Amino acid sequence: MMAKQLSVFIENRQGRLHEVLSVLKKNDVNILSLSLADTTEYGLLRLIVNNPEKGKEKLAEDGFSTMLTDVLVVKIAHKVGSLQVFLDLLSQNSISIEYMYGLSVDGDDAYVVLKASNLDKVAKILVDNGIDTLSDEQLFGICK
Amino acid sequence: MIWNQKIETMSRDEMTELQSKRLVETVNHVYNNVPFYRNKMEKIGLLPGDIKGIEDLNKLPFTTKDDLRDNYPFGLFAIPHSDIVRIHASSGTTGKATVVGYSREDLDVWSECVARCFTMAGVTKDDIIQIAYGYGLFTGGLGAHDGATKIGAMVVPMSTGNSKKLTTMMADFGATAIACTPSYLLYLSEVLEQEGLLGSIKLKSAICGAEPWTEKMRLDIEKKLNIKAFDIYGLSEVMGPGVACDCEFHKGLHVCEDHFFPEILDSATLTAQKEGEVGELAFTTLTKKALPLIRYRTKDLTTISYGKCDCGRTSARLGRFKGRVDDMLIIRGVNIFPSQVEAALINVKEVSPHYMMIVDRVNNLDTLEIQVELNTEYLTDEIKGLEAINKKVTHVINQALGISAKIKIVEPNSIKRSEGKAVHVIDNRKFN
Repeated sequence: MMAKQLSVFIENRQGRLHEVLSVLKKNDVNILSLSLADTTEYGLLRLIVNNPEKGKEKLAEDGFSTMLTDVLVVKIAHKVGSLQVFLDLLSQNSISIEYMYGLSVDGDDAYVVLKASNLDKVAKILVDNGIDTLSDEQLFGICK
Repeated sequence: MIWNQKIETMSRDEMTELQSKRLVETVNHVYNNVPFYRNKMEKIGLLPGDIKGIEDLNKLPFTTKDDLRDNYPFGLFAIPHSDIVRIHASSGTTGKATVVGYSREDLDVWSECVARCFTMAGVTKDDIIQIAYGYGLFTGGLGAHDGATKIGAMVVPMSTGNSKKLTTMMADFGATAIACTPSYLLYLSEVLEQEGLLGSIKLKSAICGAEPWTEKMRLDIEKKLNIKAFDIYGLSEVMGPGVACDCEFHKGLHVCEDHFFPEILDSATLTAQKEGEVGELAFTTLTKKALPLIRYRTKDLTTISYGKCDCGRTSARLGRFKGRVDDMLIIRGVNIFPSQVEAALINVKEVSPHYMMIVDRVNNLDTLEIQVELNTEYLTDEIKGLEAINKKVTHVINQALGISAKIKIVEPNSIKRSEGKAVHVIDNRKFN
């Protein structure tokens, strides 16, 4: 039920993000979602892509510092308050969120990409509460 | 004003005679009391009796900072520890400090030399002088302090670190002189301006040293503060500040050559350069008891001249410093070697040992940024993970250098690799 996130370390200098995207484009790696955490000097680009292993390999060949991280892609109803309800559930279970960003697709549902301190525990909570997640395979299906 | 009329205006012949006599004493002293020097002399079949005067100096082997390091901490001391009354230390090339010791007589000589220098800068017993070099292991603070005390001036031991207090006291006390690094003085001039104190200070002269500066910077300081600024030179191995200083004519730094014999060497052949030619400065101490040094290579590049100065002094004068033979940097008055950074980084597995030191001067204060490459194996997907790495590197670097540096984590392979000798430093400060 976990999905693989591709993280890339990039310095804050002009054109660097563009270079990452060029490598992905050249190698047919499609981006479903991204989030950029930035500081004054560097940023962490977090990507959900259709082929994280390939993305990692190709970026590494071009000298980028990359890694794959397990995250949960959680299905949330595309309506007011649904995210709040979901976070309420995590909060009741004392889960701390490290970071989170949206992934939207056509249709009635939306997704959030989630990384928490105890991801296995979150996975169990989701199962217990009948909340859907997208695995890698399902993600790849979305972005053919 | 000349502090020591007899010595500072001595004829060249008299000076050579005095130096020769003292050199013979020094050579005997080290041969009899320091195994390091005795071994070195024995190796080349040299006996103390072979050194009859200054003309024989070039028979003696050189001493380097490495020798001090190899004999850390007290191996080159020539007198019993019970006769040593003071220790100072400066940074070495590999993180290990260079330790120097002084007997009571050595401290007297030191304060005598500083007194001569400060007198050159117009300081008298009627002055109020703020010493704004760091007090402690660094020779600057206590060295300048003792010299100013010998003159009989009213000494205000400010040390460094509290610029507002310093400028307030400068105005309130009516301080007439200050001893500090030139970049710090320029910074202080800005603080004075901001505090609206420029019009209410009584400063007349500044004795600046411990870092390289330009003639332009000296003139800037004089203009901004409406004072006279003087250049003082020294190094802890030889003694500390007060080895040489410039007078009101600013035509070179007068060396206290009755205590420190200067040589200018061709850096390739290590033979004497002609008067006026640039070379590496070496010193032989002529009176030091605790840590005598024979032909100590300073790695500083400069020139020497022997003509009588307009001020009346006959002492040899060093020209403006042209740089270093090695890669030592002087940042905020502290000696820094790139190798110290390298040695520190080896202990941090999250970064690779590729680094670049970027030195600059912002608002007249030296800044040091060190870029280090992230080791991809330790990449994290969280900013706090990267921040922890940054913090760890900052800690080990600050510990190693003794000054704070700004650490910037950069991408692997982003620091330019050079073929041949690695370039680890970009110094954007302008000294020429």
